[in-house]
Amino acid sequence: MSLLDRFFQKDGVALSKVISYIENQEPGYQKLLGRLYPHAGKAYKIGITGPPGAGKSTIADKISSKLAAGDKELGIIAVDPTSPFTGGALLGDRIRMQDISLLPNVFIRSMATRGSTGGLAQTTSEVTLVLDAFGKEYILIETVGVGQAELDVADLCDTTVVVLVPEFGDSVQMMKAGLMEIGDIFVVNKSDRLGAGRLLSELEMVLEIRGNQDGWGIPVVATEAVNNVGTEALLEKIIQHQSYISSHPVYEKHRKNQIRTELSRIVSRQFQELMLTRLLPSPRLESLIEEIYRGEKDPYSSGREVFSRIEVRDN
Amino acid sequence: MQKKFRILLAKPGLDGHDRGIKVVASALRDAGMEVIYTGLRQTPEMIVAASIQEDVDAIGLSILSGAHMTLFPAVLDLLKRKGAGRILVFGGGIIPEKDIEELEAMGVGKLYTPGASTREIIDYLKKTIPGRRKEEKVF
Ligand SMILES: Nc1nc2c(ncn2[C@@H]2O[C@H](COP(=O)(O)OP(=O)(O)OP(=O)(O)O)[C@@H](O)[C@H]2O)c(=O)[nH]1
Ligand SMILES: [Mg+2]
Repeated sequence: MSLLDRFFQKDGVALSKVISYIENQEPGYQKLLGRLYPHAGKAYKIGITGPPGAGKSTIADKISSKLAAGDKELGIIAVDPTSPFTGGALLGDRIRMQDISLLPNVFIRSMATRGSTGGLAQTTSEVTLVLDAFGKEYILIETVGVGQAELDVADLCDTTVVVLVPEFGDSVQMMKAGLMEIGDIFVVNKSDRLGAGRLLSELEMVLEIRGNQDGWGIPVVATEAVNNVGTEALLEKIIQHQSYISSHPVYEKHRKNQIRTELSRIVSRQFQELMLTRLLPSPRLESLIEEIYRGEKDPYSSGREVFSRIEVRDN
Repeated sequence: MQKKFRILLAKPGLDGHDRGIKVVASALRDAGMEVIYTGLRQTPEMIVAASIQEDVDAIGLSILSGAHMTLFPAVLDLLKRKGAGRILVFGGGIIPEKDIEELEAMGVGKLYTPGASTREIIDYLKKTIPGRRKEEKVF
């Protein structure tokens, strides 16, 4: 029996192998994704993002255990960074996901970013598709600990939860951060800590200035995730957002946006491959760097020269 | 692209000494591997479930509690039953020579005692893992 046959028979080992196949971008992985695509499209995707150590994994754990208790089929993707120097990664999000680690309806996968810089791994979006096609009804996606600019999760997910903590900083930082623009729901975690009350009121102020977005008033929820306080209220908000967005005209725009992002990613990855393998394979690249270093060429005309080898046929 | 090595490290049992395993985790990461660390107090069921979901090449267990003669066989047995017998199980801890021989005869991989260098472990994994991987018919 092929891997794909076993996958469709709901074999967990096969699911895991399919994910690796995609993650490693093995030959034919796009074809495999094409086969899975018609089976996907039903899962609801929840993104959990925020600065390092804010409590994203702990929150994912608590929310998942509630969803799982309601008999939902659940997938979780937890992303941690790959070292740009060694290519290695320490994936430690599971440490905080002990409540759900043995539930038969929960599948957790850790992913290393592998060079991607938007807060997700290179193939997180594809792995989401795999889990969706497998029959997962909710998919939680935990990003790496983000700063102000890693915002890919919002394009991928239907509901984006931004988790902040009192240590996050003051309101000016808050207004700078792109993070503030992607949240459908904000969480002030570690409410047991000093400064949580202030953060909460500052957040409410910032969000009030921004006002109602297409009929959704962005809520702020205070939690103490380690103690499972406030997490029920958070899940309620998520479910409210789900029913809001699923019935609202804005959903069509959101879905088309997702497709746009996906498509442009797929095309640019092929460009990237083309560049590395055909246009600028490593020896050619190295000699070009040499020439530019010696001042014989400049990077701008070199770039145009490389690109001019592509012939675009209009038809 | 060389497929990344994925290694799960866990500490079964009740003792809380995780210094050693954290040193190994950092060393494997610095050697370019993806290390999934699941933390303390892991049961064999948890270890095996996580290893399957993460599709790891190897599981490294740190056992200082003396329970190695029950924990290692339990993990091996569960892996086999779940169809994941290809995953290499290795480990470290305070394990008498005679037990090491017995465990290795059961199919456990290399076992390291305190003082072993992380270099040895890295070399062992790099040498052993590729041969255990299996090409599968995808479609
Ligand atoms: N005091 C306090 N600590 C918390 C709370 N929630 C989580 N923590 C602790 O904060 C630390 C980080 O929690 P994680 O859930 O791992 O945070 P994270 O955002 O997933 O971290 P990264 O994935 O590394 O970015 C852990 O030690 C948690 O136990 C809380 O409400 N209060
Ligand atoms: Mg985390």
